[in-house]
Formats: sequence, structure tokens, C-alpha cells
Amino acid sequence: MDSALIPEGVERCSFKRFTLGMIIPAALVIWGLYAAYLCWFKGLNQTNMNDSYGFALWIWADLAVIAVGGGAFFTGFLRYVVGKDELKNIINFAVLVGFCCYCSAMLILAIDIGQPLRGWFIFWHANVHSMLTEVAFCLSLYLTVLAIEYLPLLLENRKLDQVPFFHNLGHNMHEVMAVFAATGAFLSCFHQGSLGGVTGVLYGRPFGMREGIFIWPWTFFLYTWSAAACGPCFTMLSCKITEMITGKKLVKDNVYNLLAKISGWMLGTYIVAKIADTLWWAIVTVPTTGFTFMEFYNNSNNFHGLWILILEIGVCGLLPVAILVRKKWRENSSLFFTAILLAVIGVCVNRWVMVMQPMAMPVMTFDQWVLYLPSWQEWATTILPVAGGIIIIALSYRYLPVFPQERELNPVEKS
Amino acid sequence: MNTEPKETRAKKFGMVIDLDKCTGCGSCMVACSSENNVPVRKDESDKLLSATWIRVYRITNGKEFPDTEICYFPRPCMHCGGKNDDGHSPCVSVCPATATDYDHSTGIVSQIYTRCFGCRYCMAACPYHARYFNWWDPIWPAKIEESLSPDVSPRMRGVVEKCSFCFHRYQKAKDKAYIEERDVEEMEYQTACTQACPSGAITFGDLDNPDHAVYTLKQDKRAFRLLERLHTNPKVYYLSARSWVKRAGDNYVSSEEPTKGPGAYKLEGHGGH
Repeated sequence: MDSALIPEGVERCSFKRFTLGMIIPAALVIWGLYAAYLCWFKGLNQTNMNDSYGFALWIWADLAVIAVGGGAFFTGFLRYVVGKDELKNIINFAVLVGFCCYCSAMLILAIDIGQPLRGWFIFWHANVHSMLTEVAFCLSLYLTVLAIEYLPLLLENRKLDQVPFFHNLGHNMHEVMAVFAATGAFLSCFHQGSLGGVTGVLYGRPFGMREGIFIWPWTFFLYTWSAAACGPCFTMLSCKITEMITGKKLVKDNVYNLLAKISGWMLGTYIVAKIADTLWWAIVTVPTTGFTFMEFYNNSNNFHGLWILILEIGVCGLLPVAILVRKKWRENSSLFFTAILLAVIGVCVNRWVMVMQPMAMPVMTFDQWVLYLPSWQEWATTILPVAGGIIIIALSYRYLPVFPQERELNPVEKS
Repeated sequence: MNTEPKETRAKKFGMVIDLDKCTGCGSCMVACSSENNVPVRKDESDKLLSATWIRVYRITNGKEFPDTEICYFPRPCMHCGGKNDDGHSPCVSVCPATATDYDHSTGIVSQIYTRCFGCRYCMAACPYHARYFNWWDPIWPAKIEESLSPDVSPRMRGVVEKCSFCFHRYQKAKDKAYIEERDVEEMEYQTACTQACPSGAITFGDLDNPDHAVYTLKQDKRAFRLLERLHTNPKVYYLSARSWVKRAGDNYVSSEEPTKGPGAYKLEGHGGH
């Protein structure tokens, strides 16, 4: 039925099977849109947020998708700026995943603000001292860059490519892609960092507050670094999942190996920096606020215990580093999959802790720890962009030549 | 001491609350809500969802009867001056749309409801929980709308609000004083909570003006500020002769003694806004 749109030389499942596969993601999108409608028209009373939990699931989801979407900027940086040519075989997919992640972030932000129609005030009445202002500007610009990076791939669709204008436009855009990749890397360094700064500058919240250099708290640098380290892991993880679903090998092992090795070393250096930051914060910064390090974990409920720090730095930090930097281990497919999965979980846990724990813990001596469980509307609107992303990736895979090595790795027998 | 002429000198309005006088009656909360059109919902039992610009906390010394002592702790917005008193209050510096601002001529932290787009970053930044989000549109009981204060705009759903030190009262007093070519007198500008307090626990005025009572009171040896060591630089001072109450004003690692007074913690290091 849609065979004219499918790239040449590759095999795709039947249209019926594809449509059936899209039913669950589509249902989740509809569910999420209904929840978004409730939030927009009835207000944020549809959530379980409160005056203690002004930042909650959505802000975590925002930070998490932007962190894991960092694979687009860092892979682009390695491919076009550093010149790692092998990565041309995964860059399309990295851009696609990044595009979905950043679209998700924008959508969640649009639901999260109390007065959505005033969202543009962040640009119009911008406060240059606010980390969120920097986030808003860089995020919007980078989403535009990602759209520009995605466009040539879109124009490579068999039917669109038959139009000479689109063919030439796509070709010419490929030629200048290095400029956009460099711009994307520059913008990403700032908005990833600013997201780190969001809690780092909260000097009234000892759990989130960090010292730093000039106007940037250390979390500014840690966020950029961790996104560069774990973003490519999410790209590889998504790619592996795509391979599992399609039952095909789509990217050669040497490409995975190279990206995994770089991610491993990035993650390793990040974890060293993260440990140093945690130690400095615990030993030097925290006591000046009158707290002890263990008070942040002991006086809490199980949601915010010390286990979360061990999970973040040990299980999801040191362990994937050990696997990814060692050639023999990262070449083992099970260990490799475990490592990239743990790295992705680790960066999400980090964002979770930095958003949730400063909100939950009491600062005034007569305040209480606060617990928060998201409402179904919050879950639905958080799942919405994930399901939407799955649909976009599925459609792109079906109709666009996302993986340059697919034909070589999966030759189609001519009948 | 500021030596500029009184009429042109920047003010630094602040409050001194004598905790040993506060009986916890809640008049300040009622007066504040009434004065500032703070909406009331049918069910106000969840205090994490209800707006109380000044909130009276009840704290105890944690001892068993008969040694139990109670202190009522009113907490309005602290109108923080921020690190080095430069106006970068925790909330002001983070608001992305400049919807909350520090007025250097009064020291008051304002909130522009029609500019706030409800990101709630300021709430995340405030360690005092002095900021409230309008989770619902305000619904006033029948006829109550007619008795709302015409000087304070009611807030719509989706924006943050907080204590303004009854700034509209200052505007009125200032207009009157301007016409009469003089400075605003101490008693001309008083907050609703100050005037409603039956035990006279709240004193309000210009912290920099030696003629105002707060100027002397803030230097009392019983004076302390909430979370002094975070360098938020609040403009609300508390008085108490009870050491456990003073200690409750801040966090201390076990070996430390409570602060000797406001400003005792030197600001060290640099970073952040």
C-alpha cells in the first residue's frame, strides 16, 4: 500500500502490521492529549504538585529528556567537528532521537506552566540573571537547529526526492551540516549547563546549591558533561531497541564500539568530577548552611535515602564506566547493553535527585519532609511525548533512509 | 547610617516580630487575607495548597510535659535583600520573566501577577515557603466580591503570589505625602498584620531610619533572622529571649552554638547568582 514511499533496497513489514504496531503508542498519545487538555483548560490543580513541590515530575522529565537527547549534539560534534567519520552511520538516528527528545521537552514545558498563553513572556520580559531564561533561548534555538538537521533526512524520502527542488535543497543542506552541528554543540553546552544551573543557583536550598566559578555553579558543567557522556548511550540504546523490534542489524559494531568507548571515557571523567563535587559539597559547602551531609538522607523517607546516591554514582556510574572503557567487555553484547542502559538510568536518576530532593527536604527547622506522588494526568502527559517519539521514530525508520548501513547489513534477495 | 535627606533616601522596609509576645491568635493571617483579597477555598485543610501570605507556625521545644514550651512563629515573605544585600533575592534572581522584582527604593520584593506565567521557579528558590501558587481560579462566596479590597488586584489561576508588605498602603501614603511635600511618616504606612496584632508583637517600619522603632528593635540582643546563614538577608527580624526559639531560627551542626545576632555569619566564597 505504501511501498512507493519506502526507501529502495530495504525491506519493511506490511502496512497492516505497522499500523497494528502503532495502536498502543497512538492510544497513549490520545490519553496524554486528553490529560494535557485537562491541565490546559482546568489548570494545574489536575496535578498532585503543591506549594512545596512547585517543580515535580514534569521538570524532571524535561531535564531527563534533554540530557538523554544530548546524543544529538555530542555525536554531531564528534562527526562534523572532531571528524570521526564512522559516526556518519549513526548521526541520522542521533539527530532523530534528539529531535524527539527536544520536542518532548518543549511540549512538557508548555503543559507545565500555569499560564501557557503567556509562555512568550520568557523571551519578551527576559531576566538575564535567570538560568531558565538562558534555557528557554538556547533550547528554542537548538530545537530549530535539530529541525534543520532532520530536514535533509526527511527530504531523502523516495517521493520527496523526486522533486528537483527538494533533492537539491537536501543535497545542499548536507554540505553545510557541519555549521549546524557546531552551532548545535555551542547552544547545547549552554542550555545543558543552564539546566544544571537551575538548581545550582538556589542558594536558599542547601541540597541543590553548589559553589562554582563566576556566575556558573559546578552543576552547570556537570550537566553538560553528563549529557555529552550519557546522550550517546541513549542514542545507542534506542538504536539497539530499534534493531530488536525490526529484527535487523542496522549499525555496524565498529560504530557502536567507537561511540561506546568515547562515552565510557566521558562518563568516567564525569563520575570523577561528580564524586569530587559531592565530596566538596558534603565536606565544605553543606556545613556552612548548618546541615550535615547525612541529614539530607537520614532524615528522609525511603524515597530520598542514601541508596539513591549509591545507585547514581556506583551502580549507574562506575559500573558502566568499567564496562565501556574496557574493549573486551564492551564488545560483549550483553555487557554492552547493560552498560548503556545503566548510564541512561544514571543520568535520569541524577536529574531526579536534583529536582525532587531540594523540593522535598525541609530547610526551616520546623518544616517537614514532603512526599509527592504524581497524578495520572502528570503520568499521561509525561508518557505522551515518549509515545509520540516512538511514532516519529517508527515513521522515520519506515519511510526514510535513517541507517546508511542497513542495505549492506541486510541485503534483499531479489525474487 | 544613611545620611541622605529623608525625603529622597531609599527606604528599607522591614518587620520585627516579637515571638515572646505572639499568642498565635492568627489575627495577622486573617487581616492579611482580607486586606489582600487572598482567596479561600471550601476545603482549606491541605496547607500545601492554600495561600496564607503570612503563616503562623506552631513550634515546640520538643520536651515532655511539664517542660513543654510552645512558640508561635509568624512567617510573612522575608523580602530578602540577597547576598550582600544587592537585591538578588533567591526568588528575584531566578524569575525568567522579571515577574518578581526587587525595589531598591523600598527594599520590597514585588510580584507582578499579570506578568507571571506560572513556572514556579521562584517557589523552588524560596526556603521559607513564602510563595503560593494559584492552583485554582479564586471563587468568592456570594456578596463577598463586593467587599473585596479595591486596592489589590485578585490573582488569576496559574500565577504565584506572596506578601507584598501591603505595598498598596505605601503607595497611598506616598501619594498623600507627595502632595503635602513631606516624607511618609512611620505610622502612615503600616501593614495590615501589624495593625491587627492584638498583642503588638509585630512592628513595621524603615530598618534604616533611626526614628523608626524597627531600627532599634533589630539591634536588640534577642534579635535573629530566619535561616541567617543561607545569606538570603531577610528583612524580617524575630525577637525571643528563649534560646531554643533562637536556635529554631536556623540550622546548626551539633557542635555549633546559635548565632550571636543578625549578620554573625560572614559571607564567604563566590558562585551562583
